[in-house]
Amino acid sequence: MKEVYIAGDNIISSLGFTTTANMDALRSGQIGLNLVTDPTLFPSPLPLSLVDTGVLEEQFREVLTLRGKTDSPQSFTRLEKFFIISIHSALAPLPIVPEDTGTLFVLSTTKGNIELLEVRNKNQFDSRRVFLWEMAHVVRDFFGFAHPPLIVSNACISGIVALVVAFRYLRTGMYEHAVVSGGDILSEFVISGFQSFQSLSPTPCRPYDAGRDGLSLGEGAGTMVLTTDRRLLKGAPVRITGAATSNDANHISGPSRTGEELSLAMLEAMKEAALSPADIGFINAHGTATPFNDEMESKSIALAGLLDVPVNSLKGYWGHTLGAAGVIESVVAVHALEDQLLIRSAGFETPGVPHPIRVISETVEQPMNSCLKTASGFGGCNAAILFERTIP
Amino acid sequence: MSQSITAYSQIRSSCIKVNGSIEYCDENFITFAEFIKPFFKHLNLGYPKFYKMDPLSKLGFIAAELVFRKINIALYDRNRVGIVLANASSSLDTDLAHQRTIDNRSQYFPSPSVFVYTLPNIMIGEICIRHQLKGENGFLISEKFDSLLLFNYVNELFQHHRVDACLTGWVDLLQERFEALLLFVEPTTKAPAEEPLKVSIPFSAEAMDTLYKIT
Repeated sequence: MKEVYIAGDNIISSLGFTTTANMDALRSGQIGLNLVTDPTLFPSPLPLSLVDTGVLEEQFREVLTLRGKTDSPQSFTRLEKFFIISIHSALAPLPIVPEDTGTLFVLSTTKGNIELLEVRNKNQFDSRRVFLWEMAHVVRDFFGFAHPPLIVSNACISGIVALVVAFRYLRTGMYEHAVVSGGDILSEFVISGFQSFQSLSPTPCRPYDAGRDGLSLGEGAGTMVLTTDRRLLKGAPVRITGAATSNDANHISGPSRTGEELSLAMLEAMKEAALSPADIGFINAHGTATPFNDEMESKSIALAGLLDVPVNSLKGYWGHTLGAAGVIESVVAVHALEDQLLIRSAGFETPGVPHPIRVISETVEQPMNSCLKTASGFGGCNAAILFERTIP
Repeated sequence: MSQSITAYSQIRSSCIKVNGSIEYCDENFITFAEFIKPFFKHLNLGYPKFYKMDPLSKLGFIAAELVFRKINIALYDRNRVGIVLANASSSLDTDLAHQRTIDNRSQYFPSPSVFVYTLPNIMIGEICIRHQLKGENGFLISEKFDSLLLFNYVNELFQHHRVDACLTGWVDLLQERFEALLLFVEPTTKAPAEEPLKVSIPFSAEAMDTLYKIT
């Protein structure tokens, strides 16, 4: 089994177009959720985390130029632009090339180009573009990846599943490098659906807080480049050392009553990495701020024996970014480990979950070596992945 | 360590097959609902939740039901039985249904019971609930049936000791066109247990292709 290192990354969110911009914003406590009035998204104002369209177009034109492309920016959808800018940004400083047959390309999304179903968007693109494989092929062709994309669409755990599959394929030597990219845009489709569930908060979401009243939605994309070739990396890179997924087998839209199944995924990931609860520096959990999700997570954390471990959710900063969430939150987890930084769980004030989990209430520096990242989603799915520092 | 396919089901071209034998055929249907409902009744499962499912989940549910008729799932650790599925259309059939509820502002009625099915892995959730399976989950998308995509994913689950057995295959449905091929995969045993309903086909991408081509 080979070691799997993180070689590079990118985040595109309301907080910026690079990992550095996003980390700086998180460090200074900047919130990307703003009250948005846009009738093409939702009839009434809602707190949303939106990627700046002006900057997006500017950045995209720049990537076209840098890559010597003559395509019109209009021939790409908003989400394809997210993916292309994000992958370009993550790969730019690295000697890893998409055309290499040793490079795997994994793409995570829940809804892809779903906005193309809207009446106002009809006939702007070939109708095939709404298929996730067609969208992924557009991104593949842009970079010339040697292999067809491995596409994961597994609800809110998609981004972690994408990292997990890349981790496993690299570990056994099937590939040498992997480009794992996750993204989703905000659309009327998704917002109307969550609203029909009455699961959206009228104010920026407050994970684990006693007054939490639902989630906030966001959009974005993230990319993580993985490699088994340590020679390509400087310093002490972070590794992925364990991963697992599980299913509640309980309800398609409500979390487990016991939290047992998420804890199973956490414990399996820790077992694979040969780590015990005392080794875990912090947990970056899913923390959507719906009453039931956060309650379930606290039960899982208790069952896994992790009540002493600091916990945060990043949803209070940029909302739930669906197919991007697992990747962009993992990128933050990796940089938080490198920077030895516990990031405040935005929106949290008063404990409001059944078990006394240690929610991070202030951003502080702290020595630590590993992070357990988790997610759960519709369909009863759960995922956990472990990031560990390489001790220099 | 090698794996075998020990049970499989196919739903395509108006016929339903289990382990290669025809279970049911109906040439006279127009919609998927007309095709699947009589067969569901014939199975006599007493599982009213079925009627709440979207067409894609119904297709996957029935295909899985037939596989698990050949397997004594009580003999397995259900925390270590995985499900890895793939298709081309994701949940687009139900996506179109949800979109119709929001297309017109004067008739705006998005429904949680439709919206929840706008994710393909809900089908995995339905199968997990029915058979109480709590192991690994993965839903993948490819333009066409891709045996190597599924084989590699499932093979890695075994290599990493993440599963004792895995249900895998292809379940695709869009606007009345549908097909399913589900396989139960587990380590090859030298002396097969007294389970006469099982088959034993060495698990490989080629074997999956062969089963997919047989209609």
